[in-house]
Amino acid sequence: MGRYILKRLAYLIPTLIGASILIFFLYSLVPGNFIDGDPNLTAERKAELYALYGFDQPTIVRYFIWMGNLLTGDLGFSLQFQRPVTEVLNNYIWSSFIVAFASLFLTWAIAVVVGVISATKQYSLYDAVITILVFAAMATPSFFLGLIVIKYFAVDLGWFPAGGMTTTGADYTGWEHVKDVLEHMILPVLVLTMLGIGGLTRYFRTNMLEVVKQDFVRTARAKGLKERVVIYKHALRNALLPAITLFSFELPALFSGAIITEQIFNWPGIGAIYMQAFTVRDYTLLMGFTMFIAVLTVISNLIADILYGLADPRVRVK
Amino acid sequence: MENIPQIPRQMEPKVEVEGSKSSLWGQVWRRFIKRKMAVVGFLFLTMIFVFSFIGPFFSPYTTMGTNPINAHQPPSSAHWLGTDHLGRDVLTRLMLAGRISLTVGLGAMVLSVSIGGILGILAGYYRGIVDQIVMRIADVLMTLPGLPLLFIMAAIMSEWRVPAEHRMYIVMIMLSLIGWPGLARLIRSQVLSLREREFMLATDALGLRDRRKLLNHLLPNVVPILIVTATLSVGGAILSESVLSYFGLGVVPPTASWGNMINAANSLIDFTNRPWLWIPPGVAIFVTVICINLLGDGLRDAIDPNMKGR
Repeated sequence: MGRYILKRLAYLIPTLIGASILIFFLYSLVPGNFIDGDPNLTAERKAELYALYGFDQPTIVRYFIWMGNLLTGDLGFSLQFQRPVTEVLNNYIWSSFIVAFASLFLTWAIAVVVGVISATKQYSLYDAVITILVFAAMATPSFFLGLIVIKYFAVDLGWFPAGGMTTTGADYTGWEHVKDVLEHMILPVLVLTMLGIGGLTRYFRTNMLEVVKQDFVRTARAKGLKERVVIYKHALRNALLPAITLFSFELPALFSGAIITEQIFNWPGIGAIYMQAFTVRDYTLLMGFTMFIAVLTVISNLIADILYGLADPRVRVK
Repeated sequence: MENIPQIPRQMEPKVEVEGSKSSLWGQVWRRFIKRKMAVVGFLFLTMIFVFSFIGPFFSPYTTMGTNPINAHQPPSSAHWLGTDHLGRDVLTRLMLAGRISLTVGLGAMVLSVSIGGILGILAGYYRGIVDQIVMRIADVLMTLPGLPLLFIMAAIMSEWRVPAEHRMYIVMIMLSLIGWPGLARLIRSQVLSLREREFMLATDALGLRDRRKLLNHLLPNVVPILIVTATLSVGGAILSESVLSYFGLGVVPPTASWGNMINAANSLIDFTNRPWLWIPPGVAIFVTVICINLLGDGLRDAIDPNMKGR
């Protein structure tokens, strides 16, 4: 196992180097620059700022400077916020995190229950309804679902606030503030949960159907165990096992923010900040964020492989 | 040997041809029509295609030019889905937008299936250095988050000053650049196991050239899984196109696509008071993608009953 992990770790390095090259050179091809965005700057002042932020250097040189700083954990300086990128990320990631965490929790909890029940009652009316809902969830464009939800729950019914994280003008503190944020969270969490639940429910349903067919389940039934025990103790455990890989793949989503949903709900998370930084071409922030996600993705893939190897030793033999 | 009665020469090939046809695609077809949901999806999808590609010919309105007096009409018997801020008939625009969105979805699918399929087969068959190069590139691309990558490409390509009516081709290219790595990986793993099978050993023994081995023997065995993945990827491409166009990075007005029609919701008055502008295109995307997924799902079960729901 130790050798396996080391081998996988060694694989990560070229992938990450490749990712950093691609990220840097793609962003350097994007037209426009934060400094050019200010029409009041004179040509000399512009040249001065270019020199100050190193934009006058050739792309290759800039890549190595960026990469060198990256290795020391320095993501650079955000022009738009006039702060280090790591600080900006740290400021906004947590508001993305609470929404992502809440919806991840709900998605998994609902999907396991619904998927497993759906599998045990295969071909029933319940199963048919769930299957239709699953297909519906997988076919909805995220931004459209967001708009519909705002239209009905916020505008027409007025139950929840339409966007933002706190009520404008209100200066709540303590418990009141928490309540305010929770109220604003409901709709974005609802949308993210609805979007994510389809695929996952389907996954658990298929897994469960497959496990129920296996010999050890028949053995359990033949032993005379109650159906409830067979399903929820013997079968469910084995159906949940492969899901740990899937769960690891979800880890980056906890921190990456939901660009579209945050944009629609005006939620001050990292996704919305990314969009904003993109419009003003704040490259250090954009590159830093993209690289951060790439690293998270690679790590979560590794975790998935290791966990799967631990859970199912047959995989490791390869 | 000699005593065994010989089968008449003429009968032999005939039986075999018929047998092979009904045994693979015939069976697939019979399994497919048994899946009601998939057939319903297929029929609806046909209707959506007819609606988008033939519908505009029956519409009394054109979307060229403007008619400000007629602007912002709610749905009525003359304009079933009302009119937009330029007085254009929303129903007619919806049909024309369907042409664009469906074409982008299909085009992106064809491109990514071609790139992913070819690279996947080559990587899986030749292994070694080809495999290393292709798969490392695929790894890197799959490490990067998809949406930012699309934004970057959109920004780079918008610099090329492509005329609005050709923007859809750019969107196709962008989506296929994102879509091919997953496909290549899938095909490669298929090919890796296929190439060890006896029939490939037979092609070795026969001394066939690589081109014939790949095209006549390997490819037909990958086609079933390719068809299923391709079908499902059309839905994904339509969804991605709508996101890009909604944010103004995909197909841009005056060319209508379902995504950029929903853009009307960005104006507060249109959003709250004129839902006929942005709800129909959203519903169109929703229905289309559901049908595509049902069709793809049915095809998968029909083609390979063993990989149900995976």
